Amino acid sequence: MSKTSERIFVKGNEAIARGALAAKCKCFFGYPITPQNDIPEFMSSAIIKAGGDFVQAESEVAAANMLLGAGATGVRAMTSSSSPGIALKQEAISYMAGSEIPAVVVNMTRGGPGLGDIGPSQGDYYQSTRGGGHGDYRHFTLAPGTVQEAYDLTIRAFDIAYEQRTPVLILGDAILGQMKEPIVPWEPENIDDNAGRDWAIDGRTDGREKRLIKSLFLEEGALAGQNKKLQAKYDSWKGMTEAEQFETEDADLIICAYGSIGRIAKSAVRKFRKEGKKVGLFRPITLYPFPEKELKALAEQGKRFLTIEHNLGQMIDDVRLAIRTITDSDFYPVYPGNLPTPDELEEPILNCLEGK
Amino acid sequence: MTEMNEKLVFDRPESVIDRPTHYCPGCHHGIAHRLIGELLDEMNLAENTLLVTSIGCSVFLYNYLNVDAVEAPHGRAPAVATGVKRSRPDKFVFTYQGDGDLASIGMAEIMHAANRGEKMCVVFVNNTVYGMTGGQMAPTTMIGQVTTTTPAGRCQTHEGAPIRMTEIIASLGGVAFAARGALNNVANIKKSKKYLKKAFEFQLNNTGFGFVELLSGCPTNWKMTPLQANERIEKEMIPYFPLGIYKDVSEEGGVC
Repeated sequence: MSKTSERIFVKGNEAIARGALAAKCKCFFGYPITPQNDIPEFMSSAIIKAGGDFVQAESEVAAANMLLGAGATGVRAMTSSSSPGIALKQEAISYMAGSEIPAVVVNMTRGGPGLGDIGPSQGDYYQSTRGGGHGDYRHFTLAPGTVQEAYDLTIRAFDIAYEQRTPVLILGDAILGQMKEPIVPWEPENIDDNAGRDWAIDGRTDGREKRLIKSLFLEEGALAGQNKKLQAKYDSWKGMTEAEQFETEDADLIICAYGSIGRIAKSAVRKFRKEGKKVGLFRPITLYPFPEKELKALAEQGKRFLTIEHNLGQMIDDVRLAIRTITDSDFYPVYPGNLPTPDELEEPILNCLEGK
Repeated sequence: MTEMNEKLVFDRPESVIDRPTHYCPGCHHGIAHRLIGELLDEMNLAENTLLVTSIGCSVFLYNYLNVDAVEAPHGRAPAVATGVKRSRPDKFVFTYQGDGDLASIGMAEIMHAANRGEKMCVVFVNNTVYGMTGGQMAPTTMIGQVTTTTPAGRCQTHEGAPIRMTEIIASLGGVAFAARGALNNVANIKKSKKYLKKAFEFQLNNTGFGFVELLSGCPTNWKMTPLQANERIEKEMIPYFPLGIYKDVSEEGGVC
């Protein structure tokens, strides 16, 4: 159930900020970095008007730790950044995963390694899906492909984060962040904005026992127990996967691509379909948990696979793991620093289709 | 049998949990904990308090105070506390940090939380050494002080001079109260409690950031007896880290 409103024309960055407000986000902690600056700029006034609070932190490290503090109180909070800044946030993300603190983190990626460039890239896939900080953990990762989806998935990110007590990463890129599209904003109803009632630190009122949120487990067996508990949680997410399938039913060749590249590949698929060529698109929306069952089901139908990414080959590992008992996937890299076009993708797709 | 008329004159504050601590003999953390516990009781704050602990010996403060708590990464307690306070502005929020945590790895976080005037308190325990990790040089280690990473003594030309945090914090705009006390004798302990109370009050009045440094002993890593450690605070530390109030906006009559 939800209330919808008039269509608006906004950038992906603004859609994410608006989605967060619709999800009753009450605290935003940011730091300037291109190409995500529209998010903190929008939030600096909008979240105050919505009765929340905004802090421009002294660093990405501090912003992520402010998020840790707000999440520990059970209040809906978020931060956003881009690749080098997200690397700095990994300390707090690991602590939040370890101490089961909910949070929403947005990464509108740019090219790397190092300072790279400010253009789009998918170079942070490993960091986003393997637990980018120290220790052994995972967090939910959602990869929108359109501005509307950026809005929708931001709302979903808050629900998942506070239901599952986990950081949730929204993984976009410079294309999605800077692209304007019409969207229809909507307001979710029945948001549980007191999801922390049983665990958050909110004062030892009503004489209850004190609460402690921590990731230090020194007693014998305690850390192993915590890790086992976390693993059980990650396992329980396997039924929460999501992927878009476009023209996959009768396809001979499945292109696996996510985010902006998924969208560009979709244009190529449309063109090939007009020529009668049986190409389809599999676009994972949850990158962690990865939609391996859905992908395996396609492999079982005897289809061939081509993974296309805006990096040197990262999601290809997950594609291969999903279909490893049946077949393999080819790979085509769009090198970060180049802007991909549907035309560029045609030749590798055609080569793959013709078995070259 | 004669009837005994006993009167309890010194008890454990209710906010301090009845359990043994992990601290070494002669360590002053226990005194600092007690002062905070007394104030939480006297000011009726315990149920409304959200504590942010740091990394180092004092991480286990959350086991000793009967308040809700969250554990911050090393040095980040002021940032975590910023998030806690901004999301729950109605709560009493404080951090408790050692010198390595606050004045080295956490220098950016403490400076900016103070400068923003976050409505929180920071209790800064300065014992001139990294305690938990075994006695390495801290940013507050005295010139000539032998530590496990300055075996010939801290040398100013190579390692720099000990950082005076309270003076630095007092110079920042958002700070309502900044003071330095010591825990080496009864008079200094009493004064330290007064400083803590003032810092707490400034938060409760929503005035600004409160900072209290407590010069403390670490006999284990100083390789001293507890009495020698108390003497060292008096003779070596206090002359370099003078005690007193460095900023009090109520006395200045202005807002921070």
